[in-house]
Amino acid sequence: MRLSRDVVDHVAMLARLGLTEEERERMREQLSSILEHVSLIQELDTEAIPPTAQVIALRNVWREDEVRPSLPLEEVLKNAPDAEDNMFKVNAVLEQS
Amino acid sequence: MSEDLTRLTVTEARARLDRREISAVELLEAHLERIRQVEPQIHAFITLTEEVARVQAEEADRRIARSDAAPLTGIPVALKDVLCTVDAPTTAGSRILEGFRSPYDATVVRKLREQGAVFVGKANTDEFAMGSSTENSAYGPTRNPWDLDRVPGGSSGGSAAAVAAGEAMVSLGSDTGGSIRQPAGFCGVVGIKPTYGRVSRYGLVAFASSLDQIGPFGRTVEDVAIVLEAIAGHDPCDSTSVDTPVPDYRAALTGDIRGLRVGVAAEYQVPGMDPEVERVVDEAIAELQRLGAEIVPVSLPHTKYALATYYIIAPSEASANLARYDGVKYGLSLQGETLLESYLQTRGRGFGPEVKRRIMLGTYALSAGYYDAYYVKAQKVRTLIKRDFDQAFERVDVIAAPTSPTVAFRFGERTADPIQMYLSDVFTIPANMAGLPGIAVPCGFAHGLPVSLQFMGRAFDEATLLRVADAYEQATAWHRAVPPLVAALAARAPSGEAE
Repeated sequence: MRLSRDVVDHVAMLARLGLTEEERERMREQLSSILEHVSLIQELDTEAIPPTAQVIALRNVWREDEVRPSLPLEEVLKNAPDAEDNMFKVNAVLEQS
Repeated sequence: MSEDLTRLTVTEARARLDRREISAVELLEAHLERIRQVEPQIHAFITLTEEVARVQAEEADRRIARSDAAPLTGIPVALKDVLCTVDAPTTAGSRILEGFRSPYDATVVRKLREQGAVFVGKANTDEFAMGSSTENSAYGPTRNPWDLDRVPGGSSGGSAAAVAAGEAMVSLGSDTGGSIRQPAGFCGVVGIKPTYGRVSRYGLVAFASSLDQIGPFGRTVEDVAIVLEAIAGHDPCDSTSVDTPVPDYRAALTGDIRGLRVGVAAEYQVPGMDPEVERVVDEAIAELQRLGAEIVPVSLPHTKYALATYYIIAPSEASANLARYDGVKYGLSLQGETLLESYLQTRGRGFGPEVKRRIMLGTYALSAGYYDAYYVKAQKVRTLIKRDFDQAFERVDVIAAPTSPTVAFRFGERTADPIQMYLSDVFTIPANMAGLPGIAVPCGFAHGLPVSLQFMGRAFDEATLLRVADAYEQATAWHRAVPPLVAALAARAPSGEAE
């Protein structure tokens, strides 16, 4: 199985990864060979087998909904590339009409 | 300075600190001196935290003077650089986190800090813990103290090498598919991956959340037991940490394994296995028998599917976890014309090749049209792998296996073909898939390099793993072997001032 270039481009966009031309070609080769390897599991009949998402018998973990101190805002925003009025600042995503 | 304080175990150091024969400051200085000597070749650390460590060591001495010492007060520790710390950068081995300062400590870091441990630095790792050699670190690879031309294993290669070379007495790493056990094996030290849920992951940079677990490295099983006891336990900040009692792990080290049933699975003999490694591991299993253990053949028929299952599940979870690196909240941020452009540039430039490969693989496996065939299918096979272990553990107490199919490999030997690199974790991945604990202990040498024996155990039964590993260690001398690099230092400074 060999991935098409369209699939590589589509997946890179879904993952929000800006890849160079060379990276896309290499990715196509390497992902194809890894997918071929992992296809080994297709030979197993798993029709009647339930999936395992995680292995411990925990379900929902609840706590009282009470107000507790959070991390100080200035500490949290100290790492922000751009911030204003206690908010992370990004480019506009909506057009102004 | 006639004695090498960096060869002390935690137990030995504790006794001498508490008797005031040595100070925490002296113990730290001996390790800092070792770091100055070997770090230019080994490169076990991304960040050294000498200043932080000096303050902690002085505080430890004050605490010891008050007779208020905890088991790790004054003990020099290295922390894998995927563990968040308030007083040093946390990079996860990635350019995308360059300059990041965590506003909080990981729970395991907080616990060690409260015990008065001394943090010498943040240890090197493959980027986002994805790799088996540290060659994927954006800050350059770590070299194996046993042979500088070879990898230390990975992803926790820095944590393993630091302990092997005496740059830290013990260390913490993380293990998603073998990232504690495999480097412990390659560097000739002890490493344990606890049961999934045993140790809080709060403040661990997430890779694959259904598999990741934090655990310690040390030069003896007892040292690892002491650190595990310090970091284990339920944490309200990690709802996947389980509220089950933490036993006294040192009390479990009885040295007695008479009647213990040790399973050996034929499925752990694979093509590509180094015959010398196989011979050494077989000899180790024979030693267990001499110590009174009963060797029982078991079958784990789905073992050969574990690697494939892992390389669907782990990248899928990683692709979701790594969506947070968007250049908005922290880390590298490259500005494009639009928000989308900023994402593409930041992530395209910030992540290295292996991380991109896994994000692509995971995104593909989770995308419309492939989800059932890959992700759900892999989760079902995971059930089969877990059932294999459930059945085996009805008949045996632990399972013994090689930690890795080979000894440490050379730099560049496996970087061209990702699958060759992935195969180095073929014996460690199954325990992660089933959430079970696994420990790696030195069991001899092949081609002059350390070989490692792995024990896997029942969920939350680390005590039995530690018991069998310790009994084996007590009966053998492998853990006392010193890497040539370190032995040469001792030979060079026989007495008087060390250079």
